[in-house]
Amino acid sequence: MSTADAVAGVLWIGATLYAVFAGADFGAGLWTLLAGTSERGRRARALVDWAIGPVWEANHVWLIFVLVVLWTAFSVAFESVMSTLFIPLSIAALGIVLRGSGFAFHKQARRLRYRRFAQRLFDVSSLLTPFFMGTVVGAIASGQVPVGNAAGDPVSSWTGPAPILTGALFVATGAYLSAVFLVSDARRAGDADLERYFADRAQVAAVVAGGLAVAGLIVYHADAKYIYDGLVGDALPLVILSAVCGAAVLAILWRGGRRGTRPLAIGAVVAVVWGWGVAQHPYLLPKSLTISEGAGAQTTLEAVLIVFAVAVLVVLPSLGFLYTLAQRGVVEEEPTPPDPAAGAGDTRA
Amino acid sequence: MAFTLGFHIILASLGVAFPAMMLIANYIGLRRNDPDALRLAERWSKVAAVTFAVGAVTGTVLSFEFGLLWPEFTARFGGVFGILFAIEGIFFFTEAIFIAIYIYGWKRLSGWAHFWTGVPVVIAGIGGAYSVVAVNSWMNRPGGFELAADGSAKSIDLVKVIFNGAVPYEVPHMILAAYLVTGFLIASVYAVGMLRGRRDRHHRLGLLIPLTVACIAAPIQFAVGDTAARAIADDQPIKFAGMECVQHTHTHVTEYIYGVCTDDGVKGGIGIPGFDSFLVGFNTDTKVTGLDSVAANDRPPFNTLLHWCFDTMVGICTMMIALGLWFAWAWWRRRDIPRTPWFLRAVAISGIAAIVALECGWIVTEVGRQPWVVYNVMRTEDAVTGASGVWVTFGAVLAIYAVLGTATVLILRTMSRRWREAGEVEVPYGPSEPAPPPAEAGG
Repeated sequence: MSTADAVAGVLWIGATLYAVFAGADFGAGLWTLLAGTSERGRRARALVDWAIGPVWEANHVWLIFVLVVLWTAFSVAFESVMSTLFIPLSIAALGIVLRGSGFAFHKQARRLRYRRFAQRLFDVSSLLTPFFMGTVVGAIASGQVPVGNAAGDPVSSWTGPAPILTGALFVATGAYLSAVFLVSDARRAGDADLERYFADRAQVAAVVAGGLAVAGLIVYHADAKYIYDGLVGDALPLVILSAVCGAAVLAILWRGGRRGTRPLAIGAVVAVVWGWGVAQHPYLLPKSLTISEGAGAQTTLEAVLIVFAVAVLVVLPSLGFLYTLAQRGVVEEEPTPPDPAAGAGDTRA
Repeated sequence: MAFTLGFHIILASLGVAFPAMMLIANYIGLRRNDPDALRLAERWSKVAAVTFAVGAVTGTVLSFEFGLLWPEFTARFGGVFGILFAIEGIFFFTEAIFIAIYIYGWKRLSGWAHFWTGVPVVIAGIGGAYSVVAVNSWMNRPGGFELAADGSAKSIDLVKVIFNGAVPYEVPHMILAAYLVTGFLIASVYAVGMLRGRRDRHHRLGLLIPLTVACIAAPIQFAVGDTAARAIADDQPIKFAGMECVQHTHTHVTEYIYGVCTDDGVKGGIGIPGFDSFLVGFNTDTKVTGLDSVAANDRPPFNTLLHWCFDTMVGICTMMIALGLWFAWAWWRRRDIPRTPWFLRAVAISGIAAIVALECGWIVTEVGRQPWVVYNVMRTEDAVTGASGVWVTFGAVLAIYAVLGTATVLILRTMSRRWREAGEVEVPYGPSEPAPPPAEAGG
């Protein structure tokens, strides 16, 4: 394995972490959007707030990580992707800003009207980012991004069936992951009603995501032949693994069980992301730029690997410490009735 | 991009220096067993969380913009400067994690253990500032690579990139600026409170801690800035000529304070004959390079703006030092702040003044480098995206940031009002959040 391949692997690790953590995070927005104004919907929203509160910030870091590694190690690919797919990427970035501010502000806003507005902002932008990120991935997969500054078509590159379907798949996958996570969160909060609520939704999302994945394979067969061949070739074991994990989660939830759903759901997503990576290898931009062609200078690649190693050594222990503290905090704090000043009082003026 | 950065630079400054203020308050609180100082530290940590959260969002957008707006720049030199952002990523991540730990740690960890969880935040803030500002320094003094025939970079020497020639003056200048802005900004908030009659111990401490830090930083900043200006006269003579409106290369150059820059020299403004040459080389015989030494399209635009920004920045710094001396005098005589309300009024405007100085400095370094994005290597016009619709994006970004800025200020005001009403507030990392209510409660 060359240094460039190693760096591409690092890039993929970042993309995987982003897909899992941010995917679940964004997916929660769909559930708060659909939660409605009923009493149960209000509680569902409060659970989402509570569940993603402590770590929502960390998820952007994976994205920044992916972008930085991409532009440092594979500058040309970065240039081509960012300039051709200017529109969907701008909208995705817009979604990140609006969502972050919506989330940060809806707890603080004094008046109900502003609070509702901030909540809506959060919901809608949670859909924008994954969908348009999905179109970006779909556009790359279907070979619509040629090398160069804005060399591809600014619109038709990402509005074909493959990009749109991939976008929808991203939204569904996020919603699925998030619902599975929220089942566990509801259980931690001791709310059996919400536990059932999200278990039902997780099953629906699993079926939708599975259906979209199958539809995606069919579309890829027509529009992104290279990736399709990879997925049913070298990457087939990963695709099967993903399907098995997804089916297992569905079966467990259907039988009313909870144990093991989270790791299995994560496994399903990770397997797909790596399946895509294997299918695309050795290309960065299928059929126009390979990993070795796109790689920067050897010194830069080595430096990226060193920085990554340091990051793992520094960040993982501290992240572990944070999660430990957060979990301990949850255990210490018994579920309490809402404080009138707190964000949970959504239906009150 | 310039606009996003101009917005981000304020939040980033707070992100770098706010944790330090919070830890100083925490230290004093633990050392003297002072509940007021501890309460300040706790509140500041929550404010830091909000500004950090917004800063993280604007920072994410910035990393998008590198590709969306400057694809050519990143494509050619990403391999050279990108590593600094990768290093920054580690610092940023560490800072985010430890801010969260610190906020979670209130009442959960013992006093000193909790204090130490805040220390990495301060260190990571400074390290992050180093890595980001070093990229800008590198754009001012590019090095550590050779240009290949096709214009791409080769033979990259990352050590020379990370420790490039402009780092020794640009990085300390920015870090001090962060401490100045944060110090004066917090102090000004408490000064306003005291002017409105809230003269309790809480407000007094809230004023004293940041003001002391800022007043110590101000004269150091003046010296560093002066060194930086001299270094720029050497390294980027055209930028320096733009800052000082020097049209022709000559000796005994007059230093103008304000005035309008024209091709025939400065109109209006206060002139001090020979002083500009003296500032550059400690001798009025020093030759100063003029703008006419390069072709017209290699000179920075908006010359008067550049000159005014530079003078404003220096002027504000001078006034800050004066404010510091006033404060120091009163403290030395009677261990108290000056009695006159004019002192509090001066502190109250110092926060805004510090931000103005920060933005002026930003304009000086960025506009002064034009028309180059990488000084004498790559022109800005060669770096931009080929995608159309950039102006639409610019308009959208402008609108969103206006909303974001207003909302941030509003949120912080709401927090402060709730604190005055003795309530607790929730923040993004929320330690005080209750778990969601079980089915039967609530409503």
